[in-house]
Amino acid sequence: MSRKKERLYHWIFAILAFASLFFLVGISIILFKEGLPIFQKVDFFDFIFGKSWYPTYDPAEFGILPLILASVWVTFGALLVCVPLGIGSALYIHEIAGSKQRAVLKPLIEILAGIPSIIYGFFAMAIMSPFLQKLLNLPTGLCAFTASLVLGIMAVPTVCSLAEDALGFVPNSFREASFAVGANRWQTLTQVVIPAAGSGISTAVILGMSRAIGETMTVLMAAGGAAVIPKSFFEPVRPMTATIAAEMGEAVMGSSHYHALFAIGLILFIITFIFNIAAELISRRFRIKLGLAR
Amino acid sequence: MRRSNLPQNLGFLLLWICMITTLFFLLALLFFIVSKGIRIISWEFLTQGPRQFMTQGGIAPAIVGTIYLTMGAIIFALPLGLACAIYLCEYSPKSFIVNLIRIGINNLAGVPSVVFGLFGLAVFVKFFGFGVSILSGALTLGILVLPGIISSTQEALLAVPQSLREASLAVGATHWQTIKKIVLPSALPGILTGVILSIGRVAGETAPILFTAATFYKKGYPDSVFSEVMALPYHIYALMTEGTHPIRQTEIAYGSALVLVFLVLVISILAIIVRQRQRIIYVH
Amino acid sequence: MYINKISAQNVNFYYGKTHALKNINLDIYKNQVTAIIGPSGCGKSTFIRLLNRMNELIPFTRLTGNIYLDEADIFDPTIDAVEIRRRVGMVFQKPNPFPKSIFDNIAYGLRVNGIRDKEYINEKVEKSLKRAVLWEEVKHRLHESALKLSGGQQQRLCIARCLAVETKVILFDEPCASLDPISTAKIEELIMELKKDYTIVIVTHNMQQAARVSDYAAFFLLGELVESGRTQDIFTAPKNKKTEAYITGRFG
Repeated sequence: MSRKKERLYHWIFAILAFASLFFLVGISIILFKEGLPIFQKVDFFDFIFGKSWYPTYDPAEFGILPLILASVWVTFGALLVCVPLGIGSALYIHEIAGSKQRAVLKPLIEILAGIPSIIYGFFAMAIMSPFLQKLLNLPTGLCAFTASLVLGIMAVPTVCSLAEDALGFVPNSFREASFAVGANRWQTLTQVVIPAAGSGISTAVILGMSRAIGETMTVLMAAGGAAVIPKSFFEPVRPMTATIAAEMGEAVMGSSHYHALFAIGLILFIITFIFNIAAELISRRFRIKLGLAR
Repeated sequence: MRRSNLPQNLGFLLLWICMITTLFFLLALLFFIVSKGIRIISWEFLTQGPRQFMTQGGIAPAIVGTIYLTMGAIIFALPLGLACAIYLCEYSPKSFIVNLIRIGINNLAGVPSVVFGLFGLAVFVKFFGFGVSILSGALTLGILVLPGIISSTQEALLAVPQSLREASLAVGATHWQTIKKIVLPSALPGILTGVILSIGRVAGETAPILFTAATFYKKGYPDSVFSEVMALPYHIYALMTEGTHPIRQTEIAYGSALVLVFLVLVISILAIIVRQRQRIIYVH
Repeated sequence: MYINKISAQNVNFYYGKTHALKNINLDIYKNQVTAIIGPSGCGKSTFIRLLNRMNELIPFTRLTGNIYLDEADIFDPTIDAVEIRRRVGMVFQKPNPFPKSIFDNIAYGLRVNGIRDKEYINEKVEKSLKRAVLWEEVKHRLHESALKLSGGQQQRLCIARCLAVETKVILFDEPCASLDPISTAKIEELIMELKKDYTIVIVTHNMQQAARVSDYAAFFLLGELVESGRTQDIFTAPKNKKTEAYITGRFG
């Protein structure tokens, strides 16, 4: 009797497990199925390198270079903000702060990491953009610069937590060994701890970048939304995610526009997948280097 | 010979500045939302629907809608996610394939949320014909958090020492008894933390419901799973980008943002408390 | 002569392509302590884990040959591994109490075996703890977490957990590897006491321990059973050169 019951449970779990895997595999299948048809209308290279995105004109033009460049600019700008701040904060929390400070800062950063992106987008629109517009005397506060800044701030907690984890993996014996030969804390930090945690920290940066490039609501609200090739950081831009979010509501199902938006989704999916795989590989090497591999 | 402490002091100062800047930005964000939002919040704001073209009334339908969507998503994703993690960790042999599946799931957790929105649109709205509805939105959000629930549950299960499983089997417990009575109770705080964090994430997600569930205005409360629904995060977005009274709408958006932030913060603090208790259990 | 409790015949065991046990033939006698000795990686733990089918938890393993428990083949496909484990208990290298109370740790084995009678469980818990010489130390705090006990106490708790399910055979896989000398002495005393009612197999690294507690000994080397027999004989007049070298401490 008990064996039958055991087998029953085994099957229930197997079925549910494969059901969830089915959904997850389904995502990639759907993206390909709905995205690829656009390439029957538009050549792949024209799609990627086309300079104009006029999906609702007649004839429509589907060149996503402006959107890709916008994503790249905004992500790059966000990195300039979140990498120094995130890693600097992680180093501060892990290597300098006393245990009392750490007990406050760690959960605080973690809680802030949970604030939804819509809130950051709202903050960008309601506070940052009018402020920056006045401060820098811009034609509009909603531009690549604002989006980068907010996106960067938003990614700081993510980068910080991940970098802090990486620092936590560096065995204390490394630090002790360095102190034992007379190095001070700064020398130990820069010459022992950071190199040892290096690939772990770069994983944090890659994942932060992956988060920034895939972020939707913040850039949708803060970047201004003009689908033209950006010439400066202070012009409105329309990154890939924002394009999907803004236009999918109006696109007629099954139209070229609809398929083009899915194709953008597919490209985003592939980009983030590559980033995540890279992060996975680096962090595996990191664990092996520190003798932590499972 | 005395070594100069200058580089060390400068370096530490630099890191301190990083920390302070981070905190400054994040606390400024909270400060603005709380100080401006609190003026709008009232009993009426929390319990009534919007009136007069979004310039009067409250956000109750949006709060209720967010609760519906979140509950729906968790009801869908929790059993699937737990079962998937338990199957992968406890039932399937530790093989190359399982490892591959694990990596795949981890990666899906990093896929942009708007991509999940596309999936929901193509599958639930279009293919299954659920239309723009609570059901479509909840399922889309459910799939969005599925990878997160699976991987946090897997981590919690992997943290249970193998020796406990062996001890249980060695006294003649069956596989399922071991899972139910030893493995799951030991992993529970970890699993719970993951689930609570997922709830927080679902409640704040906007992009996946943009074209699967959300609507700017709907009179009254949703009456079936097939009706469109107002949701807090989408409401904030719509107040800022649509409508005809931007100044008044921005004020209401502050109130809505405060409510959302409050909800999400309470949820994350809960998760942190649960995890703290888990640490206490494991330290021995 | 003693009664044969367990009998391994032509046992070969593979982890993937690694041939971990090579043609093992060994008899284990009832109410005797049999020590399995040998250097690390010689297959002694692998062997002992076969006796209660614990190795089935490891994927990609393969077994040939037979192991009989009271003349019944324990690998008979119609027999459930769970049945075998109820009859052959195991105490592990590191104490592994469940993160539950002392009481629940012992009661667990009874409950999973379908026993619901509270009176019986109470009685059984007390008896098992007394038998494991732990009762006096814990009787006032049965409902505290088992994780608060010292290492030696935890290990005796794990033994008591075994005793409660009325196994006939107890396998000890280096039970003192992580314990201090005083705790080790207590466990050894306990093992010698328990053999009145149980058949005991103990894997150990420690030659003195094997000499102190066991009646029979089997020397494993590189997956082969080099020599087995009465402990006295093995330690005083080993037939095989390799056994002699190991026992006198020339390698290992």
